[in-house]
Amino acid sequence: MTDYQPVLLPGTPDLHKIDVYEQHGGYQQARKAMGMTPEEIIEIVKGSGLRGRGGAAFPTGLKWSFMPKDGEKPSYLCVNGDESEPGSFKDRQIFEFNPHLMIEGILITGRALRIKAAYIYIRGEYEAWVQMVEKAVADAYAKGYVGEKMKETFGVDFSCEIYVHRGAGAYICGEESSLMNSIEGIRPYPRVKPPFPAQVGLWGCPTTINNVETIANVPVILDKGPDWFKSIGAEKHPGPILYGISGHVNKPGVYDLPTGMLLTELINDVAGGVPNGKKIKMVIPGGSSMPPLRGDELEGVRMDAESLKEVGSAIGTAGIMVMDEDTDLTRILTRITHFYKVESCGQCTPCREGTGWMLKVLNRMLEGNGTPSDLDLLHDVANNIEGNTVCALGDAAAWPVKFTIERFRKELEAELER
Amino acid sequence: MFSEEEIQKVEELKSHYPSNLSAVMGTLHMMQDKYGMISDEAITYVAKLLDVPEEKVLGVVTFYEMYHQHKTGKFKLQVCTNVSCMLRGSDMVLQTIKDKIGIGIGEMTDDTVFSVHEAECLGSCGTAPMMSVNKDYHENLTPEKINELIDALKAKA
Ligand SMILES: Cc1cc2nc3c(=O)[nH]c(=O)nc-3n(C[C@H](O)[C@H](O)[C@H](O)COP(=O)(O)O)c2cc1C
Ligand code: SF4
Ligand code: FES
Repeated sequence: MTDYQPVLLPGTPDLHKIDVYEQHGGYQQARKAMGMTPEEIIEIVKGSGLRGRGGAAFPTGLKWSFMPKDGEKPSYLCVNGDESEPGSFKDRQIFEFNPHLMIEGILITGRALRIKAAYIYIRGEYEAWVQMVEKAVADAYAKGYVGEKMKETFGVDFSCEIYVHRGAGAYICGEESSLMNSIEGIRPYPRVKPPFPAQVGLWGCPTTINNVETIANVPVILDKGPDWFKSIGAEKHPGPILYGISGHVNKPGVYDLPTGMLLTELINDVAGGVPNGKKIKMVIPGGSSMPPLRGDELEGVRMDAESLKEVGSAIGTAGIMVMDEDTDLTRILTRITHFYKVESCGQCTPCREGTGWMLKVLNRMLEGNGTPSDLDLLHDVANNIEGNTVCALGDAAAWPVKFTIERFRKELEAELER
Repeated sequence: MFSEEEIQKVEELKSHYPSNLSAVMGTLHMMQDKYGMISDEAITYVAKLLDVPEEKVLGVVTFYEMYHQHKTGKFKLQVCTNVSCMLRGSDMVLQTIKDKIGIGIGEMTDDTVFSVHEAECLGSCGTAPMMSVNKDYHENLTPEKINELIDALKAKA
């Protein structure tokens, strides 16, 4: 894909300013969308093959089609910028360098879903980025692209509001039902599903939740056409994607490239390889919740949902964490488990208690008091969490432990000897 | 506890939502910024201002990491020790801070200027190691950068 030109983060100077964004064709796709019916927009997005960039790679057009076409209640869109999964740092780039692309995407999505309002949920620690997005939203209002004035600007009988909701430091709020409870201002425990948000969401009204990057792709689809989008990257999981590469690489960062690239190409070429020419021990391909891969089994693995599934992992947020041959896996696993333990909302016993037990065992191993049977114990506890909880944080806590033990048993046993 | 102007801001916040409960988080952020913590008095005040039950406000305060019920240092050094930062030197960051101001995770200097906190991933993994100081992010940290930063903060204290 050498001829691919970045579209989400094109690097245009000052693109975050509304005038510059307009000079580069900004808000023309929103204008186009206002002249379409909601069904037409949904068909285009379905045809593009766009899948969610927030973790589950769910087909976006299909998700949108679950929303009711009429009814008494207003509909809402939540744009998920909680971005708290370790190894994920891409949405922040959109907030900083291309916020109007996201806002234009909200307008188009808003039209397709007939929403009353959209809430952009941004993690609390991103205070500086909250301010950037608030400024961009205010500028879009001032230009008449958002709110009541839309009707006049676009000559359409539709309008929606856009608000920013700032989180306050809780990873669980990235889970969609927790996010809705957070916006409602109650304790953000994840909700039991069904009912699904398209039926019973924010304030009991039909709601769609999409990731920031998913929404930013929407104007691109309208601009370049669904066929173009479908032709980029992996056939079943197409389009531009933001890879966040971190850890032991020479050039860590966020890269706007097609889906389906070889992991080895991303690590060795795009991110400049591993410092000091060291070998890779482990790669986590999609943020810390995703099953880790062995460094000596990366050949031919591509970064799209299908290829990663084949090798027993998942794309998650496409946050690639690279660990070299000297990495202490027990320490990594302990740190990851610590994360899930403190971020568990405590609502389900297997998640609350299981993360605590796993952390206890891992700490014992880290202190040099572990035995090989501890690995079996950990594996059992992880198995008991997986699939037995209200939300996917349980699986997220179980997978790194379970799959590291299955795939790196020899290495972990060697570390027990120290 | 709020000025006229701040109360106006809360009014604006309320207008974003069909229910006042939704404005609790934003109002608490304003409290936290202004007083450096959320006191019992602040909880009562926010509940009255928004006309919502006090227990609801307390429930929100205790759930989230960023609302503190106790004072922290004037400068809160939040060092990310999650995986990507660990791989790129969060141990060095903590050690440099310790050598410079003598405190580690969970501690505060006697003059209450600095406190050190262990942070979860702050979304800066590509510019690791990193820490935030209050709302500012400091990335690609080296011992020199950390020492300079702390000197600059001391001068501002
Ligand atoms: C514990 C947990 C944390 C999550 N955090 C995020 C997040 O920060 N951002 C995000 O977009 N999705 C996150 N998700 C996924 C969301 O629940 C949801 O699937 C996603 O926002 C849907 O958007 P998409 O279809 O555009 O991918 C998280 C899920 C879980 C279980
Ligand atoms: S799985 Fe964990 S985080 Fe999710 S609802 Fe249950 S206890 Fe809470
Ligand atoms: S791991 Fe430190 S910022 Fe992500």
